[in-house]
Amino acid sequence: MSIKSEPFVVNIGPQHPSTHGVFRLRLTLDGEKIIDADMVMGYLHRSMEKLAEERTYTQNIPFTDRTDYLAAMTGNLAYVMAVEKLMNVEVPERALFLRTIMAELQRIASHAMAVGIFANDCGAWQTPVMHMFRDREKILDLFEMACGARLTLNYMRIGGVSKDIPPEWMPQARKLLKELPDRFAEYEDLLLSNEIIIARSRGIGALTAEEAMNYSVSGPMLRASGVAWDVRKADPYGAYDKLDFDIAVGKNGDVFDRFVVRLAEMRQSLHMLEQALDMIPSGPVHARLGTATVQPWGQAVAPLAYRPPVGEAYARIESPRGELGYYIVSDGGPAPFRFHIRSPSFINLSPLKLMSVGTTIADAIVILGSVDIVVGEVDR
Amino acid sequence: MTAAIAGTDIAHQIEQRFPGAVAEAVPEFAVLKPELLVEVMTWLRDDEAMGFRFLSSLTGVDTMEWFEVVYHLEAFRTNRIVALKVKSHDRENPSVPSVSMVWQGAQLQEREAFDLMGIRFEGNPDLRRLFLWDGFAGFPLRKDYLNMPGGLMAGLERFPGEQGLEFSGRGTE
Repeated sequence: MSIKSEPFVVNIGPQHPSTHGVFRLRLTLDGEKIIDADMVMGYLHRSMEKLAEERTYTQNIPFTDRTDYLAAMTGNLAYVMAVEKLMNVEVPERALFLRTIMAELQRIASHAMAVGIFANDCGAWQTPVMHMFRDREKILDLFEMACGARLTLNYMRIGGVSKDIPPEWMPQARKLLKELPDRFAEYEDLLLSNEIIIARSRGIGALTAEEAMNYSVSGPMLRASGVAWDVRKADPYGAYDKLDFDIAVGKNGDVFDRFVVRLAEMRQSLHMLEQALDMIPSGPVHARLGTATVQPWGQAVAPLAYRPPVGEAYARIESPRGELGYYIVSDGGPAPFRFHIRSPSFINLSPLKLMSVGTTIADAIVILGSVDIVVGEVDR
Repeated sequence: MTAAIAGTDIAHQIEQRFPGAVAEAVPEFAVLKPELLVEVMTWLRDDEAMGFRFLSSLTGVDTMEWFEVVYHLEAFRTNRIVALKVKSHDRENPSVPSVSMVWQGAQLQEREAFDLMGIRFEGNPDLRRLFLWDGFAGFPLRKDYLNMPGGLMAGLERFPGEQGLEFSGRGTE
């Protein structure tokens, strides 16, 4: 027997705990089944691409913190890499290592949030998140020691990083690396065999490898579908070519696999950090670019404005959410002529309709959680 | 390392298959003609030797004389990346063919370029405003959006306090 019912529209968001920010999902339901899904975004649109056209290349670095505010280091890194490509800058070895170390610490912090909040979406209200926050706090403490900020870091500079790490940074980082494996084991123990999480996520929102590629999905979502593609391996930047690590790959491409891939990547990041802390060379942390000006108090600072030659550059890196790219066009002036962010949060939402149509409204929450969006990066 | 294919090389290969499909080519990128765009893109995706099955980025650029759409394509198997462009010289209603049927991932990115730059993608099934609301006047990423007094374009000509550098920016001085 089947009961005919009128299609019914439900708005999830813009203010809703499961949308991870001001993001609105407009679902058309038949009973509990989703028959159409539409995304409404722009509640956090700050027009960064236009604003950046009126600021110098250096002044634009803080904007890149505020796109993906859970992974400010990788946002900085992708942008400065694009400008360095444009200016053809050779970055000192120590700066490359510092960038890699910070990016991997950031990946652990960001994935911890993703996994914790995902467990939240599955119904494990707040407890896993608090466990994850405990570790993320320690990583943010390390960032605070290195650059004075915890969330919007503004650490990378064109040609290097803003300052070297203080002497007490290394012992504290090593202490954290010793603690983390036990913590990861605890999470895997707590979450991977959790019956509720398995029941709510296995077989839900599956994407085949072919679909994932065609929808331009990247990062842990793409790897969960079985495509072993990681920009850190395929196009090594920073010091990744000197580090040994594996690409975490899933099989089924469903929500559960994305969750498992993120947990596995946290372990790989830890493995990379252990090597990088041993291998980091000494030396300068900033390339010599142009004529430095000497401040009245004797400190030499980099030029206030760069004028890269006319041209264009596209640099992409593996951010915790996927392939983060910056496309920059220069007309020879002190500000970018065009500044475009290829944001993984935004593009990973492309297959949301494909994944959620045919499932139930409760599944849609879990599917959105598995994409791991940061609305600052979706809307820019 | 990912090999970036020179625009001149890819233009040569496209020309052999689709004569007259390439408008111009420089080492950084190749510019395609809009008439054959969808055919060329479909071939780049499906051909075994090409294999560009991943559209990394799609975006619009307003050069003030024309609009261009920039595509960055990636081939995972051979680890290559290529930049392609297509131009539209219509200042009022720029329009290029949509590639959203070739790569579904282009759908949202074309919507973004339409919303902010005002480029119409012919054939895109869902070309609506994305970040801005329906009825928003104009397209903010265009260079002539809200001209400044004296006919100046938005943009930085000189960094305050910047000394000893010869002026080479845009606008009039």
